[in-house]
Amino acid sequence: MADIAATDAPAAARSSGEADKGTLRLHRAIMIGIAIALVIAPFVAYPVFVMKVLCFALFALAFNLLLGYGGLLSFGHAAYFGMASYVCAFTAKNWGLTPELAILLGTAVSGGLGLVFGALAIRRQGIYFAMITLALAQMVFFFSLQTPRFTGGEDGIQAVPRGKLFGLIDLADDRALYWLVAAIFMAGLLAMYRIIHSPFGQVCKAIRDNEPRAISLGYRANQYKLAVFVLSAMLAGLAGSTKAIVFQLASLTDVHWSMSGEVVLMTLVGGLGTVFGPIAGALVIVSMQNYLASLGAWVTVVQGVIFVICVMTFREGIVGVISKWIGKPL
Amino acid sequence: MTEDIILSTSGLTKDFGGFTAVNGVDLKVRRGTIHALIGPNGAGKTTCFNLLTKFLAPTKGAIVYNGRDITRQKPAEIARLGLVRSFQISAVFPQLSVKTNVRIALQRKRGDSFDFWRSEAVLKPLDEEALRLVEAVGLSAFAELPAVELSYGRKRALEIATTLALDPEMMLLDEPMAGMGREDVERIEQLIRKVSENRTILMVEHNLSVVASLCDHITVLARGQVLAEGDYAHVSKDPRVIEAYIGSGVGHAH
Repeated sequence: MADIAATDAPAAARSSGEADKGTLRLHRAIMIGIAIALVIAPFVAYPVFVMKVLCFALFALAFNLLLGYGGLLSFGHAAYFGMASYVCAFTAKNWGLTPELAILLGTAVSGGLGLVFGALAIRRQGIYFAMITLALAQMVFFFSLQTPRFTGGEDGIQAVPRGKLFGLIDLADDRALYWLVAAIFMAGLLAMYRIIHSPFGQVCKAIRDNEPRAISLGYRANQYKLAVFVLSAMLAGLAGSTKAIVFQLASLTDVHWSMSGEVVLMTLVGGLGTVFGPIAGALVIVSMQNYLASLGAWVTVVQGVIFVICVMTFREGIVGVISKWIGKPL
Repeated sequence: MTEDIILSTSGLTKDFGGFTAVNGVDLKVRRGTIHALIGPNGAGKTTCFNLLTKFLAPTKGAIVYNGRDITRQKPAEIARLGLVRSFQISAVFPQLSVKTNVRIALQRKRGDSFDFWRSEAVLKPLDEEALRLVEAVGLSAFAELPAVELSYGRKRALEIATTLALDPEMMLLDEPMAGMGREDVERIEQLIRKVSENRTILMVEHNLSVVASLCDHITVLARGQVLAEGDYAHVSKDPRVIEAYIGSGVGHAH
């Protein structure tokens, strides 16, 4: 055939998550690098800022798990992030739950929500799937708006107590809280990494690549899609819950559609379908929002321009481009 | 005649909003044979194929596989019964390596793979067999390459390796030679002949020289109905078949 020459080219970084030994070693080194950076970070940067980055990075990792490895584009991921945020804030404030229990409860509720919404949405494919997830997320938004007794309506749930971890360690101090958030983030990252490199992850990638073929091999594709949807919703919920504790606030912003858009933006800027891209994307976007805050409403304009440049010039995202340079999947 | 029939249909019909693509087809595939489904364009071959593999639901009629009525089964279920199909367009998992493509099929032996908490290291024992299958189709040199980078003919070979990994009792091949160069055709032909031992194969194929040399039994479809049946020598002399191929004569139509 004509393109035999092309087949002799070295394997490009395109094969996301293929695990040869060199790649695994590189990934391990990057993980250790991230862990070290997390230890140093609170001493060189404002801890609350770092915690914000970590929460959004975890959210973006959750979204990337679904789109990058499951091939499912959800336009309503704010629903799981925001609902977890509300549940965590509400139970910590009104039921006096300790932070770890409130976070776990928020995560579990998001998983449940993901199970129901996912079961509805996976019946359709492509753009229809995206539209259904958006519509369901808008329902969550209006539900949150209309139930002020639970969500605080326009005010949100404010002054959420950070409480004492396991009833012992006071988290009022930013430094103390930081270590918890860093641990949660690291656990989330490792969980995501394990999922995409598990036998389950292999099947998900196969379904992403070619669903009819996966079905013809005997895989019940919808069950896998639902499972990865729930896992992603739970990780998003973990991020939302943690955010509620960090900022002591859960508000309508968390369930707004623009939050769903932001996570898409972070993932694309960082590198869709790469392991570490969403982290880089979250760092860039959150930094921009923080350091360009003086520009006011212009921040969104700058964000929009950056987004357009990204999509036009390097569609693989920051980490995607680096991965291409070094010829290894990241 | 008491023949061992592995797959049969009775009165298989598919309506597409008034247009009857497949009309009352009775098909009998004997166990251990290579059976071809041929016919001019628009004869309903691909529709028929998609009905058999459950990617389409029939309007009327029944499909029986190994004595079991599979008319209302889902595609993933019949694959689990040992009836595995290929696709007209090359069906590989483009971003996965050649080896992983085959291993995805081998993974089916573990049952469902919902274990997201386990490392893929548990799949290591499957690698050896995956590489053996990759070698069997002559792709050893490309085992670690993403499937997207293979040439068309090699993608088809990979697809056959993946199908074989399931060790199916019956394989349904949708135009396995479509769009292939002469060398690839010969390679795939040999491969099909090799894997047809202990298996039943039903294939849709346009390349009549391949059909002539490979297939034991031929069913000719035209306008959604069975026109003729028998071995190549018998079918190719049938005047109705020659007419359906618009006088070009079956023997010259490749």
